[in-house]
Amino acid sequence: MTTTTTLPTEERVVRREALYFAVRNTKLMIGFGIVLFLLLVGIFGPILANVEDPNEYVAAAMLPPSSEHWFGTTTFGQDVFTQFVYGLRTTFVAGALGGGIAAVIAMVIGFVAGYRGGWVDEILNMLTNVVLVIPTLAVLLIINAYLGIRSVGVQALFIGLTSWPWAARSIRAQTFSLRNREFVDLARLSGMTTRKIITREIAPNMSSYLFMTFILLFGGSILIASSLDFIGLGPTEGVSLGLMLQNSTQWSALQLGLWWWFVPPGAGITAVVGALYVANVGLDEVFNPKLRET
Amino acid sequence: MGRPHVRRYFGRKLLIYGLTFVVAVTVNWMIPRFMPGDPVASMLARARVSQPAAVEAMRTYYTNLFGFDQPIWQQYLNFWGALFQGDFGISIWVFPTPVADVILAAVPYTLALMIPSVLLSYWVGNRFGAFAARRKLLDNTVLPVGYILTATPYMWLAVILAWGLGVVAGWFPVAGGYSFSLQPSWSWEFFLDLLHHWILPFLSLFLVALGGWAIGMRNMIIYELESDYSNYLSALGAPSRLIRRYAYRNAILPQITGLALQLGVLVAGALVTEIVFSYPGLGSLILKAIQNQDFFLLQGTFMFIVIGVLVANFLIDIVYVLIDPRTRTGMAGAQA
Repeated sequence: MTTTTTLPTEERVVRREALYFAVRNTKLMIGFGIVLFLLLVGIFGPILANVEDPNEYVAAAMLPPSSEHWFGTTTFGQDVFTQFVYGLRTTFVAGALGGGIAAVIAMVIGFVAGYRGGWVDEILNMLTNVVLVIPTLAVLLIINAYLGIRSVGVQALFIGLTSWPWAARSIRAQTFSLRNREFVDLARLSGMTTRKIITREIAPNMSSYLFMTFILLFGGSILIASSLDFIGLGPTEGVSLGLMLQNSTQWSALQLGLWWWFVPPGAGITAVVGALYVANVGLDEVFNPKLRET
Repeated sequence: MGRPHVRRYFGRKLLIYGLTFVVAVTVNWMIPRFMPGDPVASMLARARVSQPAAVEAMRTYYTNLFGFDQPIWQQYLNFWGALFQGDFGISIWVFPTPVADVILAAVPYTLALMIPSVLLSYWVGNRFGAFAARRKLLDNTVLPVGYILTATPYMWLAVILAWGLGVVAGWFPVAGGYSFSLQPSWSWEFFLDLLHHWILPFLSLFLVALGGWAIGMRNMIIYELESDYSNYLSALGAPSRLIRRYAYRNAILPQITGLALQLGVLVAGALVTEIVFSYPGLGSLILKAIQNQDFFLLQGTFMFIVIGVLVANFLIDIVYVLIDPRTRTGMAGAQA
């Protein structure tokens, strides 16, 4: 690595500059603030609630929100707030795992297709297009219906396996534009292996882009997981925000007017995903000087 | 002029769709056979028959239906053969109606919800987004509202609307495709009743999809307004209305590709919205199939959805060629 002698200081400057614009970007701060707050609720809520099973019957049925039961109780006397904090945790796990798996697949396929080109690109591109066209949720429905026992992990795995195509496509396009730049040519001349060129030269130069792609995949996974839960193909044990929505509609919370049962889970999902999207716009402005408002 | 390019473009697209269809059918065939668990056993367990003779008879019946006693390649070919004859098996939920009949009865409801909501949200969203771009006050309202709408799970907005406008306000019915007191007929009364039941699910689908289109269009327009041709036009003193019109024409192209990419999400949204409103389309069918472990119905619905999405993709490709002059003359433009 003879080319990188001046890089460390330069990199530090770029990073400091990014940080400078990051803390001054309201969209980014508000978005990440909301996500961080809900993440902390999801992590510490269940610890503080300290119950064995969030689906336990703890109080009288159909109580409206009060100081004792912050979000009221269900038709069975389950505490909605306890379910909410546990559900939030499940939702984050589903998003991180599903989004993470999708991001890894998208990066491998996008980098290899974009860097190698030729027939490798043709084949990977064809694969991407085929998976892109197949309606994801319909495939997940079939798979999950045949799975007898379902867990959050398996659900997230299959979401990851089906939701990578658009990301792979855009990473491929980005790689394509970096492939013939001078520093990549130089690395190739110095005899670096393809894997090293991709991980050391190409990936770091689009790291901000990769991070933003992951955020979008994260949000998308949460929405898909909640749809699956709502249809009745959620995890067979435990609780998630989607399962709460499913239970509330199945047990006629609408007709009984138990708004505190179905408003929090949907609001939770919307807040997490919406905040992620807004933070993403903020990140775009931080990393892309053209979009900065001066 | 330029015909071979169009032919190549469509040829490539059709190849992808053909491959996708083969993959979808293969996945559909593989999952029951290679997933852990025995579908025949679970169906028998559901039937709860106590006499051993009856259980044995049912086992033979279902094993024959799946064709488990034949070599695996034969099973695969049989699956394709049955598919081309329009044979999706017999539904267990509404035994003994063929699955194809059950699905065909539900498809019109799903299409009646999806086609208007998708087209209208697309059109209104694009207009809104284009209008809001670079207009400070509008932009500051359209953008946050748009992000909240795209982040909303389809079923949640459906639930909120059903509760607010249905249960609390009492303006609209919250369940079914038409009143139980009515028989389907070609009368005004029935049509109005259908419409009355259709409005809430439609509105819900329309609103969630609206946000994404508005945001996408707004971003595209800003990008176009910064490009050289816009700057050149404004330097020439062209009215901003004209520049915006050119920007819109350029920005609509990626939005059409976006529509194709969003089809899967839109279908998923329609399915869960139907479930909230017990709307008698494919979504409710899927719910029934899952609750009753009716795998034939579920797999048949899957095939119908895949075919529908492929057809819609192809229609969008045609629209793209009609709108983008570059695909016709063989310059850059759309890529498969």
